[in-house]
Amino acid sequence: MVSRLTRDQARRIAEAVPDPELPVLTLGDLGIIRDVASSGAGVEVTITPTYSGCPAMNTMGTDITLALAEAGFGPVRIKTTLSPAWTTDWISAEGRAKLQAFGIAPPGPRGSDTPVACPLCGSTNTREISYFGSTACKALWRCLVCREPFDLFKCH
Amino acid sequence: MPTTSIALDANPLLRFILRRADDALVLGHRLSEWCGHAPMLEEDMALANIALDLLGQARALFAYASLVEGAGHDEDAYAYLRDSGDYLNLLLVEQPNGDFARTILRLWLYSAFMELWWQKMTRSTDKHLAAIAARSVKEVTYHLRHASAWVVRLGDGTPESHQRTQAALNLLWPFAGEMLTSEPDEAALIAAGVAIDPETLRAAWLERVKAVAATAGINLPTTPFSQQGGRRGHHGEAMGHLLAELQYMQRTYPAAQW
Repeated sequence: MVSRLTRDQARRIAEAVPDPELPVLTLGDLGIIRDVASSGAGVEVTITPTYSGCPAMNTMGTDITLALAEAGFGPVRIKTTLSPAWTTDWISAEGRAKLQAFGIAPPGPRGSDTPVACPLCGSTNTREISYFGSTACKALWRCLVCREPFDLFKCH
Repeated sequence: MPTTSIALDANPLLRFILRRADDALVLGHRLSEWCGHAPMLEEDMALANIALDLLGQARALFAYASLVEGAGHDEDAYAYLRDSGDYLNLLLVEQPNGDFARTILRLWLYSAFMELWWQKMTRSTDKHLAAIAARSVKEVTYHLRHASAWVVRLGDGTPESHQRTQAALNLLWPFAGEMLTSEPDEAALIAAGVAIDPETLRAAWLERVKAVAATAGINLPTTPFSQQGGRRGHHGEAMGHLLAELQYMQRTYPAAQW
């Protein structure tokens, strides 16, 4: 049986796993870990998918299982829950700062028209090149001041 | 070694789920055919992204279908081991891509409807379907925005792009009505609030399609919605070719994994 103390420890380990596509973010920063509970002799981690077809979801499950197994937790079961649906509002403030530092403009709050600031020079004189970027969660933008293209983590 | 196909029972909820899952899978497959061939890099990424969203929606629906059917069929069994007659998708989504205009026009007609549909389905009395809808509605909003912008650019573009866009609309229009029609076996689900009657979305769909067409300078055809049957497993020749490509690996190497 996994005690409360070790459950908190398991949660910290799961939350510290880096995102496979955006390794500057941890899964905790991304806000996809809903619950870590004891399940029989092992642990059950509940995650919320970001986008329906995000190919990183399977990898995330595997990475969480491996990280917990390395710390001596097992067996690990990954449960996926669709409701409530994940939103970019669940990305932590720390996560947003990390994205910004990495050169990816963080998403604004949902339902707001916050102008997109260039993560390199800070100017809001920016323009969308394409709503669909290198991954499902990003759009391609361009700064009209420093002329650099950059990724925007889409508000979702 | 050929594999045996799975046949489905007549459970109305299962059929309802598979109809929408098949729409998403087949349209996602069609869009994925553009991968590496789109007119420019950004568009290649956009179409692949949209295809991936649709594939994800199909997977979520197949996973629920598996639960409802309870016959031990997983997502792959539904996608790879059914023959054409057991596929219940709209005829619209199985039509070959044709040129870029036709691909975009189809995506537009479908997304304009599905955005309304998923929105309503977020209030389905079936919690599973409502949860899938809550995520899918966000995705289809982008798909519609993208396709609508292209319809305007193409329709209001060069004489050639205009002509191709109008030709694509004329060709696809007779297939569009199937989206707006429910099947007799869905009546009880509609009454229970599990499903919604697509007929109730007809006016809103027509209105938004009209508005974009007007901006694009193309005319909505007056031809009737004459092409139906996909919902009951009656498909055209293109569907067989599509499945041959989609299912080749699992049919040739059953249960192959990587």
